[in-house]
Amino acid sequence: MRRLILFIPLAIFLGIGVFLFRGLQLDPTELPSALLNKPFPQFELTSLYEEDKLLTEKALIGEPALVNVWATWCPSCKQEHAQLNRIKAEGYKVIGINYKDDRLKAKIWLEKYLDPYAVNVFDPKGSLGLDLGVYGAPETYVIDQQGVIRYKHVGVVDEKVWAQLKQILDNLQQGKQVALQ
Amino acid sequence: MRKLIALCLLFVPVLSWAAIDTYEFKDEATRERFKQLTFELRCPKCQNQNLQDSNSPIAADLRNEVYKMLTDGSDNDEIVDFMVARYGDFVLYKPPVNKMTYVLWYGPFVLVAVGIVVMLVISRKRKKVSKEGVDLEKQLSEDESQRLKNILDGDRND
Repeated sequence: MRRLILFIPLAIFLGIGVFLFRGLQLDPTELPSALLNKPFPQFELTSLYEEDKLLTEKALIGEPALVNVWATWCPSCKQEHAQLNRIKAEGYKVIGINYKDDRLKAKIWLEKYLDPYAVNVFDPKGSLGLDLGVYGAPETYVIDQQGVIRYKHVGVVDEKVWAQLKQILDNLQQGKQVALQ
Repeated sequence: MRKLIALCLLFVPVLSWAAIDTYEFKDEATRERFKQLTFELRCPKCQNQNLQDSNSPIAADLRNEVYKMLTDGSDNDEIVDFMVARYGDFVLYKPPVNKMTYVLWYGPFVLVAVGIVVMLVISRKRKKVSKEGVDLEKQLSEDESQRLKNILDGDRND
């Protein structure tokens, strides 16, 4: 019994060691989204291509989709753009929110790098971005067919991230079919 | 002249520690509330700065939002709730008490309590040992006491 007491400091040390070691692998820039499982915020903004066409959150609802917050001033957005094009080619719906950007620059960008977005919302003042809790483009949300936010990814969507997002989208799609039957 | 310029340059970093915006407030109390709110709200992008401190665009946006809400007559709780609804508890420099943060709020008190208990146990054990020591001496018979005294005195005489 006496002997065992001598091991207490070692046990405490190991406990703290494991705790701190885990802390090393965590990414402190990843914040939990406050909007998870909440409906997509309401908005009334123009479409990127048609200046006089007003879009609301209803334009995004219908099927599970990715909502990608992007801008031409954001280098990581360029990095993920090819992946977004591939996602579109795979037949998934990608919605764009052009965040605090210049309309003309955005249009040129999409012409140059191809346009993966089914709908593109023009948010020059970042008001929708604020309601979404965007703190750094690119950010990508997964919404279900009712427009409820199911997942949020901050940072570049690469192949690894897409595998994860695809899983979520596929699950949502299946859920929809079950609901229809 | 050179010295003067050098002297002026000396003050530049002091001036630029905080982001500078020009906001006009209707009264001093609102200005104070703005100061307090931007001090207590954290910039979501730059993790260890508050809104007041940060030059990042998102912090400027949020300061702007705080200002707008203040001029629209929202109270402090409404503004804080607005931010939490969008950015989560992360934006609060003073985290709320909930089941996620119980350890954070009450952990230190638990540790102090554990420390006190350990201290009490140890001191009680010590007391017991020293008491037993005294008791042992009392258990000696007259004869033994005399012998002990002789031994001790003998040591001293050596």
